[in-house]
Amino acid sequence: MLEISRLNVEFTTERGVIKALRDVDLEVPRGSIVGVVGESGCGKSTMINSIIGLLAHNAAVRSGSITFEGSDLLQKSQRELRDIRGTRISMVFQDPMTALNPVLSIGAQMTDIQYRDPIGMAQKKQRSIRMLSRVGIPDPETRLENYPHQFSGGMRQRIAIAMALQAEPALLIADEPTTALDATLEVQIIHRLKDLQQSMGCSILFISHHLGVIAELCDFVVVMYGGEVVERGTVRDIFHRPAHPYTIKLLECDPARIAETTRALPTIPGEIPDLVNLPPGCIFADRCDRCIKVCREQIPQTTEFAEHHWARCHLAGSMAET
Amino acid sequence: MSATEISAQATQMPATWQNVWRALKRVLREPLGALGFGLVMFVLVSAIGADFFAPFEPNKIDIRAKLQPPSAEHYLGTDQLGRDIYSRVLVGGRIALKVSLVSIGIALVIGLTLGLIAGYGPRWLDNSLMLLFDSVRSFPTVMFALAVVTLFGPSLTTVMIVVIVTQIPIYGRMVRSQTQALRDAEFILAERAMGAGFFRIIAMHILPNVVGPLLILASMDIPFVITIEAGLSFLGMGVRPPTPSWGTILNDGYSYIYNTPWPVIAGGIPVILTTLGFTFLGESLRDVFDPKLRKEI
Amino acid sequence: MWLYFAKRILLGVLIVLTAVSLLYSMIHLVPGDPVKTILGPRASPELQAQIRTKMGLDDPLPVQIVKFIGRVATGDLGEDVFKRKSVNTIVFEQLPHTIYLVLSGIGWAMLVGIPLGCLSAIYRNSMIDRIAGVLSVSCIAIPTFVVALYSVLLFAVTLKWLPAIGAGDGNFSSYIIHLILPAFAVGLGWVGYLARLVRASMLEVMSENHVRTARAFGLPERTIVFKYVLRLAILPTVTLIGMGIGILLSSAVFTEIVFARPGIGRLIFDAVTSRNYPVVMGSVLVTTVLFVVSTTVADLINALVDPRLRHHK
Repeated sequence: MLEISRLNVEFTTERGVIKALRDVDLEVPRGSIVGVVGESGCGKSTMINSIIGLLAHNAAVRSGSITFEGSDLLQKSQRELRDIRGTRISMVFQDPMTALNPVLSIGAQMTDIQYRDPIGMAQKKQRSIRMLSRVGIPDPETRLENYPHQFSGGMRQRIAIAMALQAEPALLIADEPTTALDATLEVQIIHRLKDLQQSMGCSILFISHHLGVIAELCDFVVVMYGGEVVERGTVRDIFHRPAHPYTIKLLECDPARIAETTRALPTIPGEIPDLVNLPPGCIFADRCDRCIKVCREQIPQTTEFAEHHWARCHLAGSMAET
Repeated sequence: MSATEISAQATQMPATWQNVWRALKRVLREPLGALGFGLVMFVLVSAIGADFFAPFEPNKIDIRAKLQPPSAEHYLGTDQLGRDIYSRVLVGGRIALKVSLVSIGIALVIGLTLGLIAGYGPRWLDNSLMLLFDSVRSFPTVMFALAVVTLFGPSLTTVMIVVIVTQIPIYGRMVRSQTQALRDAEFILAERAMGAGFFRIIAMHILPNVVGPLLILASMDIPFVITIEAGLSFLGMGVRPPTPSWGTILNDGYSYIYNTPWPVIAGGIPVILTTLGFTFLGESLRDVFDPKLRKEI
Repeated sequence: MWLYFAKRILLGVLIVLTAVSLLYSMIHLVPGDPVKTILGPRASPELQAQIRTKMGLDDPLPVQIVKFIGRVATGDLGEDVFKRKSVNTIVFEQLPHTIYLVLSGIGWAMLVGIPLGCLSAIYRNSMIDRIAGVLSVSCIAIPTFVVALYSVLLFAVTLKWLPAIGAGDGNFSSYIIHLILPAFAVGLGWVGYLARLVRASMLEVMSENHVRTARAFGLPERTIVFKYVLRLAILPTVTLIGMGIGILLSSAVFTEIVFARPGIGRLIFDAVTSRNYPVVMGSVLVTTVLFVVSTTVADLINALVDPRLRHHK
């Protein structure tokens, strides 16, 4: 349903051209939940912004395509994209504290986003109330008059989800929707999201750096590093048979999976490479402890070793088997 | 002097000059910055060399040649007493700049001291200084100026007192907030733990961080001071005649505006050029040095 | 919220009280006896003593100040000893002229400055933005009285389009015509201030997350700019306009002198030059009160309009 292929995005800055996304491939099948994991700065946000056509002024798509419901989003005009945003594709953002307009009531904002529908104000209001109660806001009729700052963080994120699902989109993009919330709220929101997804039958592109949430919620996982997709597979593949050294490291660093005996949190040594002056070989070579000569010289090709499971590593095939 | 000392100086001195030069180049690269710099230089040179450039003695009266339009002899014409306006504008510029630089300088020193005291001193002192600053600021400048004139009578000193008193709170406030931000910074806490004294911390760490933004702020205040001086002199409450000032030239000219437009034109243009020049220069200096002070993105 | 209101108003009252006390002490510390200034040096000692008692000058200074404030609080600004007229009458005769001038000045500055700032923000870094930026800075930099003088020179003396002097012969249309040039001069700088502030705060709001949300829901650009951005970006301008009215009321003296208009600025100027202390005191007091009131009211309106402040304080 959504298919990104060979997407290249660059930012022009004073320091030089940042090659923020390089040959990114990604697929979101209909009705599935795809998780995207990666450190901050790996290109997750740039990818989302390219899908919805809200890239910064200094960014440009160099090549590639983003096919959504049969047509290429990159070929569409701003106007056509605007018609898709909020109807076929909706978004939930990371920070619930700032994602809503502080001087407009929740009700006003929820009716505003229904501006395309040829129904009366009363019906729009009814629909907003229904949506709020579906995401679990108590007493939605009166709370519609309230302003964002009168809600708690968790409540606001529910409102954001209600707004996003109001138009029954085909694709919901959730950009770290639970990162700013505490753990119990996170679980609640995740379950609510999964329920709503199943009853509405939409697809979700779920961005997070929390592996536990990804494992809980998603069908497929995409691992990004330094502007590239380094591995993709089903949840089972990624968590049980990781093929890329970066994925393996990432799983080792997940606090939830660390054995009780170690005291110190393991981290991946080294830093994200400079995306202005790219290394000639593999993007992860500097931090990889299995790095061999070819990794420094050649950019690895993607290797597919099972259905839906592939990785971008010179050693990928051999490691998945061991 | 030993060889090492000489080489240390040789590497240090050019480094700072290089920084100034580099900043200047960045200012000059912007059209407005270059224009501002050019105007300021022009005004400074003509003010400093006023006596040298002035073809006439600025107070020399020649009733027979009164209210003349510009000519080869009198570049900007003459006023109602036949005095050469060009010479008066030049000398008036020197007075305007002297007033601005001296009074801003004094306000800077006092503001810096009070700001450091407020930022570093005890809480009650900080609070009372802030209250004082706030009350001075909440009193309208022109009203304050008129009150001071009533008290001391019109003179250059009066103008300078007005400027100093109104500018101190601005500088004091800024120094205070910078000092407070730095006071609790880790590297300064570390220094204090190692036994560094109050004056050492001020001199080594706080002053260097405060002086830059303070100077930019001060350079942007010069147009304000020029306006105050010219304005009070225009009202007859600043510079006393016959001393030339842009404000008095305008005032004299305004009385004869239906006879000849030249004195008003000649008195206003230097005010406009100077305020625009310093404003443009100050704005681009701020953009280059301190993007944080920038309001726009 | 009410606590915030109470605090803000109390602060305003405190500022006015401090200002009045300072002014009173300053004027009465003037070298030279105010009684002698009023009566002239040759008045008989008996008459001097009589006037001194009448003016309450025998009391120590703090007592005088308290008495003065008490009198002012009942709405009595004293008497102009020269004209034998109540200062209240004199001040409130002149005040409306200044208020019309200031309001029309700020009014046209808003009509031009706010749209100019919006345009600059929407077409950021375009030619329009650059030109508007240079114009705004120039408007701010050039002193009002120079603008006033040049506009007299251009529109009244050279082109003879508009009258330069006075406030008209009493009928409404002539009053309005006489208001045009002064209002232009008074407002020009504020066009620049408003344009810059609106531009900066619009750009700030546009970079906030909730605007990205609105875009992500495909709201039309017009709705985003006017409903989601402008509504927030306009808040700081309310404060600025309040300050502007206060500052203009107190700096109208230049414009009123150049255009020979009646008004409070001119009144203070004349009183200062003739050392007419009761009138100086009364009119400076009224101006300062108006200054403080307009800045305070601006803050309070800001608090009322912004729901974040409305519910928190």
